Amino acid sequence: MQLQIRPKKPPIIVRPNSFLAWIGRAFMILLALVVSYILIRNLIEKPLFFVTNVINGLQLGFVYALIALGYTMVYGIVKLINFAHGDVFMVGAFVSFFAIERFDLHQWPLKIFPTMNSFIAIGIGTITTILLSMLVCVLMAVTIERVAYKPLRDAPRIAALITAIGVSFFLEYFGLLDFVFSARFIPYERPFDVVTWYISDGIHRMQSGETPPDNAIVVSNILIIIILSTLAVLLFLQFLVHRTKIGVAMRAASFDKPTARLMGIQVDQVISFTFAIGAAFAGLGGVLYAIAYPSIKTLMGVYPGLKAFVAAVLGGIGSIPGAFVGALIMGQAESMTASYISTPMRDAIAFTILILVLLVRPTGIFGEPEKEKA
Amino acid sequence: MLLEVKDLQVYYGAIHALHGISFDIAEGEIVTLIGANGAGKSTTLRTISGLIRPRSGQVIYKGEDITFAPAEQIVRKGISQVPEGRKIFAPLTVKENLEMGAYIIKDKAETNRLMERVFKSFPRLKERINQLGGTLSGGEQQMLATGRGMMSKPNLLLLDEPSMGLSPILVQEIFSIIKEINAQGTSILLVEQNAQMALSIAHRAYVLETGSILLSGPAKEIAENPQVKAAYLGV
Repeated sequence: MQLQIRPKKPPIIVRPNSFLAWIGRAFMILLALVVSYILIRNLIEKPLFFVTNVINGLQLGFVYALIALGYTMVYGIVKLINFAHGDVFMVGAFVSFFAIERFDLHQWPLKIFPTMNSFIAIGIGTITTILLSMLVCVLMAVTIERVAYKPLRDAPRIAALITAIGVSFFLEYFGLLDFVFSARFIPYERPFDVVTWYISDGIHRMQSGETPPDNAIVVSNILIIIILSTLAVLLFLQFLVHRTKIGVAMRAASFDKPTARLMGIQVDQVISFTFAIGAAFAGLGGVLYAIAYPSIKTLMGVYPGLKAFVAAVLGGIGSIPGAFVGALIMGQAESMTASYISTPMRDAIAFTILILVLLVRPTGIFGEPEKEKA
Repeated sequence: MLLEVKDLQVYYGAIHALHGISFDIAEGEIVTLIGANGAGKSTTLRTISGLIRPRSGQVIYKGEDITFAPAEQIVRKGISQVPEGRKIFAPLTVKENLEMGAYIIKDKAETNRLMERVFKSFPRLKERINQLGGTLSGGEQQMLATGRGMMSKPNLLLLDEPSMGLSPILVQEIFSIIKEINAQGTSILLVEQNAQMALSIAHRAYVLETGSILLSGPAKEIAENPQVKAAYLGV
């Protein structure tokens, strides 16, 4: 039997009307000018307030980075936007909440060795709590992947995407039940005390009840912990992806699955592993976010999840450095918007950025144009 | 027999791609499947290596039925495929590509030893060891694909169109290395459109046409067959 070969039709390229395109470009330039004007004016008028905003933005951005990494890695290998990722983040926060509130897990070293240096004891206790949250998130994400996504591996991508949205809703509304996490805001007990320093002619440790002088920049130990853990995660990821066999196999499988299988790479295991790594980072992010903003609720993962998704798209989805850079930009955008435009706009800005990215550069900062497979 | 293929029937949806083909490969042989575009050569290889499931028929390797084993298990049994179009992992370096070829080998020292062996056959790859696979030239990519296929220490190497898109000099080079690999004890199933080259190094040949085997025999006889001469050798 002879296969009939149809001549390929040339793709239809829709070129925007040049006048409209010109208007669009002019609009973008205007927007960029307005944004730069607002930022520069504020930087000159109140430099300290500006720096404070940058610091707040960094804190947000580094947490978003932890979530965005999971989005981008999973997308890289299965081309799926895992919308349930933000809810994994929420579960991370809740696991640490229960571990601290019900079981005092953050104090276990002191209970067993009462003479231990309290700083080290709390450190070990906090790390244990975080590791437990990460572990629960990993188990949950791997289960979700097996139950919900794996059966759809060969289905059209849109089916898996809709399933991801379904899983996300399931986690959110299951969590809302009274006997699960309930719909209330729950005050979160931090595993360690906040220490803040203010910087104005030298670094001063702030005493409790003290208010910093007007012209001071305030930095907390939470910010430092968030930045250090995120940087550690990034280093770990670089090492994993470039120096370990499973990491190289991840990159190979995300490039070409059939050929990866010919090499003997168990692609399903590699995919599960990717979900696990992403979930571990989201769990870490959930705990750090709860420590930084100590009030948790079941729907707390929705906005950070969506913002981290936008961050991943902004950086170029599939790219690990892209997710990090995108998340930092999102953090700054949010903090600047809240301060200089209006507080409720902080959530809207994320989607404004998403729309702009999709209009101007859909592949994101680090993304390469994707070849659509027939 | 190292590999026996019995009455393989493969469909792509409604398209009947292989109409029950049977052939075998003995230990130490180079066997070639020649035929025109769309004859089912690549489909045969992809079915053996487990990427495609046949409708019926059997693939027996060293006496074991591997018809429905998944691809990642088949390579562990000692069958390695160098896919059509080379399928280099473009974002991985040459070294990483070769390491992926040795994915099933746990021992790091063994991997390095195998890599040195590949570099001996393809010194050019050693010069480009840290270059990304996607930046190599076509000939270098074919060398990398072949080297990668050798990294799992296969008993049987499936080669899909190694001459595709290469200059005649490079084709000569690749084929002489294929002969060398065979001389070191690896059996080879070679799929080629370049029938002349394939017949010059193979021990036996099968001629495939639209999913069925038309002719089979020692490569020398096939090369002398008037039908083959007219259709594939352009004489």
